[in-house]
Amino acid sequence: MFDSKVIQMILIGIKDTLYMTLVSTALGYVLGLPFGIILNVTRKDGLIPNRVIYGIGDFICNIIRSVPFLILLILLIPFTRLIVGKSYGSTATIVPLVVCAAPYIARVVESSLNEVDAGVIEAAKAMGASNIQIILKVLLVEARVSLFNGAVITTGILLGYSAMSGTVGGGGLGDIAVRYGYYRWQTDIMIVTVILLIVIFQIIQNVGNKLTIKIDHRKR
Amino acid sequence: MSEIEIKNLTKKFEVNKQMVTALDNISLSIEKGDIFGIIGMSGAGKSTLVRSINYLEKPSDGQVFIDGVDLGKLTGRELRKKRSEIGMIFQDFNLLEQKNVLDNVCFSLEIAGTKRKEAREKARELLKVVNLSEKEKAYPSQLSGGQKQRVAIARALATNPKILLCDEATSALDPQTTDSILQLLKEINEKMNITIVIITHQMSVVTRICNKVAIIDAGVLVEEGDVDKIFENPQSDAAKELIFDKKIRFTPVSSLKAKRAIRIVFNENSAYEPVISNLILKHQVLINILKADTRNVGGKAIGEMILGLPDQEKVQESIIETLKESGLSVTEVSEDV
Repeated sequence: MFDSKVIQMILIGIKDTLYMTLVSTALGYVLGLPFGIILNVTRKDGLIPNRVIYGIGDFICNIIRSVPFLILLILLIPFTRLIVGKSYGSTATIVPLVVCAAPYIARVVESSLNEVDAGVIEAAKAMGASNIQIILKVLLVEARVSLFNGAVITTGILLGYSAMSGTVGGGGLGDIAVRYGYYRWQTDIMIVTVILLIVIFQIIQNVGNKLTIKIDHRKR
Repeated sequence: MSEIEIKNLTKKFEVNKQMVTALDNISLSIEKGDIFGIIGMSGAGKSTLVRSINYLEKPSDGQVFIDGVDLGKLTGRELRKKRSEIGMIFQDFNLLEQKNVLDNVCFSLEIAGTKRKEAREKARELLKVVNLSEKEKAYPSQLSGGQKQRVAIARALATNPKILLCDEATSALDPQTTDSILQLLKEINEKMNITIVIITHQMSVVTRICNKVAIIDAGVLVEEGDVDKIFENPQSDAAKELIFDKKIRFTPVSSLKAKRAIRIVFNENSAYEPVISNLILKHQVLINILKADTRNVGGKAIGEMILGLPDQEKVQESIIETLKESGLSVTEVSEDV
């Protein structure tokens, strides 16, 4: 059953899953982090309150987040084709994963930055800090534990979503589970992939938790 | 012109769609080298007032001049530059929790664009001033309240400010720590020639280190002047309330069986005379001492005493007369002070 071909396939599946998860998390942050910062600073009690910008950002965020991922995956097929050139495979899956992750990340970032003590921001203002300096040197620094924690949770969610994309030929462990486990009734392969997904998830979460404690200087 | 000049400052806030006047037409001059106390009960508007000095709160009306420069006329960049010349410390210290002591002190320099190596040298120098050199690698969570405030002071001084604003800087500290922080502020004022503005609700803070005081009550400046003069002879109700400390209020004068009570203040000259003994011998009456205390007001020992007077009005008047003749300040004390 588990000949070298299958093992090879599973190894590639692990590699593809990690590739999709990590790259989409990274690209998700490229879009979501600035988006979240904008949401945070333009909110009513933010650094530069702006009802119009916040309203638009808030609306976009809610719209994308309310579409179920599987539907988003299908809706975005033309867009994915435009960017990657094809709509299947692990690289193509990254597109809907990023689109799905960015507004979620924005929300996580928005609320993380909100935890920063208003007094510290006021102190920075009193020192003559500009808004950019406050964002870069106060908000992002003081909220880093919460931001990192958010990133760990996001990675875990994207790992799950990357597996879901297997239903439409997304590649990775989810793809293997669907093709072999579901279409061909090979339950053993499905169980192996599920166990591998659990193990990967555990590793991400545990390493994340350890690092979170390590970078936090608030309580020792 | 004074170093800090506040002219007709008014600040209004909108609370629940109603305009509330937090500060009403306040004018103050603070001279170079002053330790200027601004005192008032909570909600009096003193925090808003101190935040107007560095324009963290923009006045609704009126002007603030620092060294003759009208802050309201500055551009954003110029205002930020000006703010870096005014240090500020807070009740809750407001340190960066994720940075160690040294980096916290460097922070104000980093904002000002100082090179890292230079900033570290300056920060170490200041940690020596506030006596925390051995803690430079510690994080704020590992420090006591007093130590945190020392770090905040070092951070505020790093940019060589000419003015230091203190917003209830000792209110979260115990009495001993408060004393050591006030001592440090006094040293900074004397050695570095930095003007200090202290916001507080504690009269003891004002009498301990301030030379000038302004009393704010419900957004209005009710009294202003030299600390010893105001302490000797407070005019406004708010000043009396702050100076006659709570103990009197907890023991209503009426329950001490005196129809009329007065407060007398001894300064250094009158403290040597046996005033009360003279009074009793001269008028042949019983005088009830309801309270007596000695305080350190700006380095001078000043005594205060609350006396219960006998019932006859004529005797009362002649006693007050005698006291005034011996150079003491006399104030009526009513039950509700």
